Amino acid sequence: MAHLKHRASSVAFDAQSANAVELKGVTFGYDRRRPVLAAIDMTIPRGKVVAIMGASGSGKTTILRLIGGQLRPVKGRVVVAGQSVADLDRAGLFGLRRRVGMLFQFGALFTDLTVFENIAFPMRELTDLPDELIRDLVLMKLNAVGLRGSAQLKPSELSGGMARRVALARAIALDPMLVMYDEPFAGLDPISLGVVGQLIRRMNDALGSTSVVVTHDIYESLKIVDYIYFVSEGRVIAKGTPDEVRASTDPFVRQFVDGEPDGPVPFHVRARPLAAEFAAHAG
Amino acid sequence: MPADALGRGVRRLGAGTINAVVRIGYAARFFVAILTHSPQSILRVGLTTREIYFAGVLSLVIILLSGLFVGMVLALQGFDVLEKYGAGDSLGVFVALSLVRELGPVVAGLLFASRAGSAITAEIGLMKTTDQLAAMEMMAVDPLSRIVAPRFWGGVISMPLLAALFSVVGVFFENIVGVRLIGADSGTFWGNMRAGVGFWPDITNGIIKSCVFGVAVCLIAVFEGYTAKPTAEGVATATTRTVVIGSLAILALDFVLTVFMFRGMGAK
Repeated sequence: MAHLKHRASSVAFDAQSANAVELKGVTFGYDRRRPVLAAIDMTIPRGKVVAIMGASGSGKTTILRLIGGQLRPVKGRVVVAGQSVADLDRAGLFGLRRRVGMLFQFGALFTDLTVFENIAFPMRELTDLPDELIRDLVLMKLNAVGLRGSAQLKPSELSGGMARRVALARAIALDPMLVMYDEPFAGLDPISLGVVGQLIRRMNDALGSTSVVVTHDIYESLKIVDYIYFVSEGRVIAKGTPDEVRASTDPFVRQFVDGEPDGPVPFHVRARPLAAEFAAHAG
Repeated sequence: MPADALGRGVRRLGAGTINAVVRIGYAARFFVAILTHSPQSILRVGLTTREIYFAGVLSLVIILLSGLFVGMVLALQGFDVLEKYGAGDSLGVFVALSLVRELGPVVAGLLFASRAGSAITAEIGLMKTTDQLAAMEMMAVDPLSRIVAPRFWGGVISMPLLAALFSVVGVFFENIVGVRLIGADSGTFWGNMRAGVGFWPDITNGIIKSCVFGVAVCLIAVFEGYTAKPTAEGVATATTRTVVIGSLAILALDFVLTVFMFRGMGAK
C-alpha cells in the first residue's frame, strides 16, 4: 500500500475503525414504486467474515454495489472505514476502491491477459512498484491460491474453480482492508467450493482484512463466516452467528437452512387463483 | 380504431425521436469524455500501439485485397468509357483521382467499419457483459482511459493509413491492368497522373475525409460497445448497429465533405 501512486484524493479512511462497513437505514430502488432495499441496517465489524444471504433477486448484490460506490442510496448512509460513500467525489471513490478488493460472480478476469498479468494488473495500474517486485508479489498471491503453476495460462484455459481462485488472488493483490465476494461459490463443484471457502477464510485472517460474502450457499457459509445476515425482499429479516442460525426457529431461516421449497419464500409467484385463471380462459 | 392506431404511431414516433436525440446527446458527452481521458492513455504508448495492431494491421489483408480488385475494375471500366471519347490517355489520372478523392477513403472506411469497428464494439460489449469493465472500475482503474480511449485512437490513427494503402494498391493494379493487359502507354499513364493529381487539394482532401471517417466510425464503435445491453443479444445488436450506423455515417459525411471540398476547388 505504501507504493500506491499519488492519484488518490485527500479523503482520509479510518482503517482502524471498529466497523469496516455500516449501512444505516439504507433504501435503494431503480424506480420509486419498487424499492430493492428498504431501510436496511447492517454492521460489518473489522476483521470479520460476514455473509449476506438470501434468495436470488433479494437485493444482496445491490448491497455490495452500494458499499463499492457503484450505486448511491436513495435514503440512509453507507459508511466504509469511517467515510460516507455517497459524500465521496470520483477521486475519493477511486481512493476508497484502491483499498477494497472485489471478486465478481464469474471472476470477471480480463480475457486478453494471462493469469499472471491479471493479478499484476492492479499492481501495474495503481502502484509504482518495479517489475521484479511485481513478479514476486504475483507469484506469492498465486502460491497462496495454489495456482503458481498456471501463471501463463489464459482465463479460457481455466476451470470454473481455478478462475474463481485467480479472481480471488487478483482481489487481494494490493492487500485490501475490505474484500467483497459476489456469489463466490456459484457453479463450483464440491471440491472447488470447499477450496474457495477455505481460501476466503484464510486470506481474511492472514491479511487482517474484512470480508463480505454475498451467497446463497448456506452450508459452506456456516463453515467459514463469523456472522450472517438474511435478506429477503429488500429487508434484513434475520441475523446471527453460525451457531445461532443452526439453532434458529425463525421460519425463514429454517426454510433457508433446510432447503424447503415452500414457506415464507413461496414456491408460487404471486398470481390470481388457478380456478379463476381456468375460468377466464373457459369464458 | 384508426384514431387509436394513429395515436400509437405518433407516440412511437415521438418516443423514437426523443430516444434518438437523447442518444446523440449522450454520444456527444461520451466523445468529450474520451478526449478528456485521452492524455493518460496516449502517454502510455503501448496501449494505443496495441490497438493500432488490432484495428489497423489486422485489417490490412481485406483492405489491400479490396484495393487490388477495385483498382483493376476501375481500369477496365474507365478505359472502356474514356476510349469512346478518345480520352484513353487520361486513364491514369481518372482512376487515381477516383481512388484518392473518393473510393479510397469511402471503401476503406466501409471495410474498416465492418472489420475493425464491429470487433471493437463486440470486444467492449463482451467486457461489459462479463463484468470486466465493472471489475476495472472497482479496482479504481477508469475504463475510459484504459479501454475506450486507446481503442478510439488506435482506430483513428489506422483509418487514414489504411485508406492511403487502399489507394496505392488500387493505382498499382490499375497500372497493371491498364498498361500490361489493355496496352495503354506507360509513360502517358504515369505522366498524366502526375500532372493531374495534386497533393493539394486532391490527396489532402482524401486524407481529411479518411480522418473524419475514422473519428466517426471509432466513436460509434466504442460508444455502441460501451452502452450495449450486457446480454448476448445486446452485444449482437450493438455490433450490427456499429456496422449499419458507421456505414451510413461515412456515406452521409462523404456527401457533406465533398460539397465543401468541391466548393473549395472553385465550383459554383
